[in-house]
Amino acid sequence: MNTSLLQGELVRLTAGDPDKDAEKMAHWWRDTEFSRLLDSDPARPFTLAEIKDELKLDKPKENAFDFMIRALAGDRLLGFVGLWVDWKNGNAWVGIGIGEREYWGRGYGTEAMKLALRYAFSELNLHRVTLGVFEYNTRAQRSYEKAGFKVEGRIRGELHRDGRRWDGVYMGILREEWAEM
Amino acid sequence: MNLSLFKGERIYFDAFNPDKDAEIEAQWTHDTEYLRLLDIDPARPLSTHQVKKKYEEMEKDAIAHKPHFYFALRTVADDRLVGFATVRWIDWSHGCGWLQMGIGRPEDRGQGYGTEALRLALRYAFHELNLYRLSMYTSEYNPAAIHFLQRAGFTIEVRRRQLLQRDGRRYDALVMGILREEWQRREA
Repeated sequence: MNTSLLQGELVRLTAGDPDKDAEKMAHWWRDTEFSRLLDSDPARPFTLAEIKDELKLDKPKENAFDFMIRALAGDRLLGFVGLWVDWKNGNAWVGIGIGEREYWGRGYGTEAMKLALRYAFSELNLHRVTLGVFEYNTRAQRSYEKAGFKVEGRIRGELHRDGRRWDGVYMGILREEWAEM
Repeated sequence: MNLSLFKGERIYFDAFNPDKDAEIEAQWTHDTEYLRLLDIDPARPLSTHQVKKKYEEMEKDAIAHKPHFYFALRTVADDRLVGFATVRWIDWSHGCGWLQMGIGRPEDRGQGYGTEALRLALRYAFHELNLYRLSMYTSEYNPAAIHFLQRAGFTIEVRRRQLLQRDGRRYDALVMGILREEWQRREA
């Protein structure tokens, strides 16, 4: 039995703190490279109040599991990861973002995703986890493959950016595939 | 220029009438075959009151310009409500939308109403909303829907393995899609 479910070798997953974390998150969303890799909504800066509202939940929702990603070294806030669960079918959508640029491409996101999967399969007892990633975000695709995801299809031309169409790439991992890793 | 977007041969697109239609749609939701072929949410019957409330919510959304287009399907011959079609979850900046359709009573299925409704919905999505693509959810256990959509030009784009659990077994969930240019080529 693993009692430090939310801790890896590089990062740990924690709750968010509206007062301490909001400013840093607002800073990430001013970086359009970050927001365009993460989100299909038109890139725009968010006010501190908007971010705080997102983080202020009096009571956790029963189908949303949102975590902050912190580096074990220095406890620095790096990003976030969240699971949105369909309990009836045992599926969750996962979304992850690493806001601190100097941590891109160094395995921090991959480890955070592996922690989220361990949580999904061994704490939430789900059957599968699903995600979507943009065709042009090849770094994320490689990271998700390392975490065990397989491509399940492409929604053709789902994104219109910089004058051309890009596919939405959809990936999934089954409990049995995760258990074999 | 086609000015009659809502008129088919045997059915037409209309607004919902909460006073008349709610009772009929509430009856459909007591048919679990209808619900399970339509959606992955747990099947549950709705009261007339609940359906009426749903229509009122949609009216509010329409007034607030929320991107949700919901049509009642009625027969040309006798104005009878037979189903619905909706283009929803529209992402305007990328030109993408999702279609959902249902024909309520078992005896109204297989009569060609769905084929006509799909034709109207595609034309509406591509030539009125000017979308680039339209997606639809379906599932492995609904081969009739898969064939129906393939005949209309849709392609299976995503197969989410074992996502659905029903009657003690697992089924794949599918996303099917059609691009405007594919639809236009077929219409030409």
